[in-house]
Amino acid sequence: MSIKVEHLNHIYGEGTAFSQYALKDVNFTIEDGEFVGLIGHTGSGKSTLIQHLNGLLRASSGAVYYNGENIYADGYDMKKLRSKVGLVFQYPEYQLFEVDVFSDVCFGPRNLGLEKEEVEARAREALSLVGLDESFYAQSPFELSGGQKRRVAIAGVLAMEPEVLILDEPTAGLDPRGRDEILDKISQLHREKGMTIILVSHSMEDMARYAGRLIVMNHGEKVFDDAPKEVFKHYKELEKMGLAAPQITYVVHELREHGAEIADDLTTVAEARDAILAALRKG
Amino acid sequence: MLRDITLGQYYPVDSPVHRLDPRTKLFGTMVFIISLFVADSIWGYLAATVALGLVIRLTKVPFSFMVRGLRGILVLLLISVSFNLFLTDGQVLVQLWIFRITWEGLRTAAFMAVRLIYLVLGSTVMTLTTTPNELTDGLEKSLGFLGKVGVPVHEISMMMSIALRFIPILVEETDKIMKAQMARGADFESGNLIQKAKAMVPLLVPLFISAFRRATDLAMAMEARCYRGGSGRTKMKPLRYQSRDRIAYGAELLYLAVMIGLAVVL
Repeated sequence: MSIKVEHLNHIYGEGTAFSQYALKDVNFTIEDGEFVGLIGHTGSGKSTLIQHLNGLLRASSGAVYYNGENIYADGYDMKKLRSKVGLVFQYPEYQLFEVDVFSDVCFGPRNLGLEKEEVEARAREALSLVGLDESFYAQSPFELSGGQKRRVAIAGVLAMEPEVLILDEPTAGLDPRGRDEILDKISQLHREKGMTIILVSHSMEDMARYAGRLIVMNHGEKVFDDAPKEVFKHYKELEKMGLAAPQITYVVHELREHGAEIADDLTTVAEARDAILAALRKG
Repeated sequence: MLRDITLGQYYPVDSPVHRLDPRTKLFGTMVFIISLFVADSIWGYLAATVALGLVIRLTKVPFSFMVRGLRGILVLLLISVSFNLFLTDGQVLVQLWIFRITWEGLRTAAFMAVRLIYLVLGSTVMTLTTTPNELTDGLEKSLGFLGKVGVPVHEISMMMSIALRFIPILVEETDKIMKAQMARGADFESGNLIQKAKAMVPLLVPLFISAFRRATDLAMAMEARCYRGGSGRTKMKPLRYQSRDRIAYGAELLYLAVMIGLAVVL
């Protein structure tokens, strides 16, 4: 179960006076079970990129392979691809439309042409995965809180039982508690269900904490593709792209400049704490 | 997908025509339309062709872009031409079974076609060189006199510019919701008419909700900035005539005089 992207180019408004490169020769392979973070400044091409992975946008040139099959081949089943590669858009709560939570979550699996029992079983499963119990089923999705709405919307995608889950800034506009709830659920899906996750986020702290691999986009090009620790070593280059490393990385580098003997690849607060304490005990 | 739709069809280049005051262009378009109805000889149409060609050259907009607007009236054009061609009495030129083409019919049909095409081209010049906002500003100022008889000119033009401003936003929003539902397996293309109409529900419900939300937000933001209608309101960019507008008005009036002269003399 892998996604392979080869020489992907995307040009908006090709052939008009407004044509603009959105993606420039992007290449990577995402293996089964990875947790990939995707970062980049606004307009760097992240959102365009993820819409290619489930065939919503068609590349101007280049190819996307899902499990070795070219998704642009004639007769490729896009609907099936979209059920395997679940995409949760930014502010997904704006896509809710049904009269109650349960039927909204049923929309995805019903589109797959499944039996009624199967559809409902999947909806129940998906809602329990995002932590919403039966008391929510009959409620109108428009009367819920922001965080709850978003969880319903994510459940709507999960109910299609995707193998890969792509989330575009799933925590934007949520309070810290709603944020942690969503991220913990996603990380739980990754750990317990072995789901491949691609997470777009602006929070470097979240990336350091959850992602096993980080892809950095700038002006439509892939700039870095490595473990978060390695990527954050380039914090000066990241800053030039309007990004940053986790705050703790700055603390660590500042301490090193003042002669503290600690490693330079610490990206989470817990790691840094341990390293600083160890260094203090030694000295 | 939907992103490719251009609305208001403004073509962003810098040209003498783009820089004119919208009122000048509104007046010019009106003059041109009137002149088309005044003209009734080949010389009149020739003069109109020269004038239109000159203005199109000045706009720096590619001609292919200009002609694109004609596709919309193709059917209308064909119908009116064939009616005039086959149903006008006069000196018979060709007779095929029950179809008869007369000299007079040919003449009216040709004039009719040219008149229709020029009408569309003339107004296309206006919309291609004037942003929707300039257009509403120009209309508000030009129709200001209606305010004296109780027509809420400012309010209408404000509503028009808000509506225009929101078209691209709503198009983008439609695109986004459509994609989100397609990611959930929705199908907007296949099926019969009833299935297609049903498939629109997951698109229209969120779209309406978001339109209402945006409307409330905007109303709130306008009130927070003390908006209370048109009375005593000044503009950040008030319309002011420049010397080029005077020249343009001169040219427009001269053109009208020539056209009337041609119609009277010939």
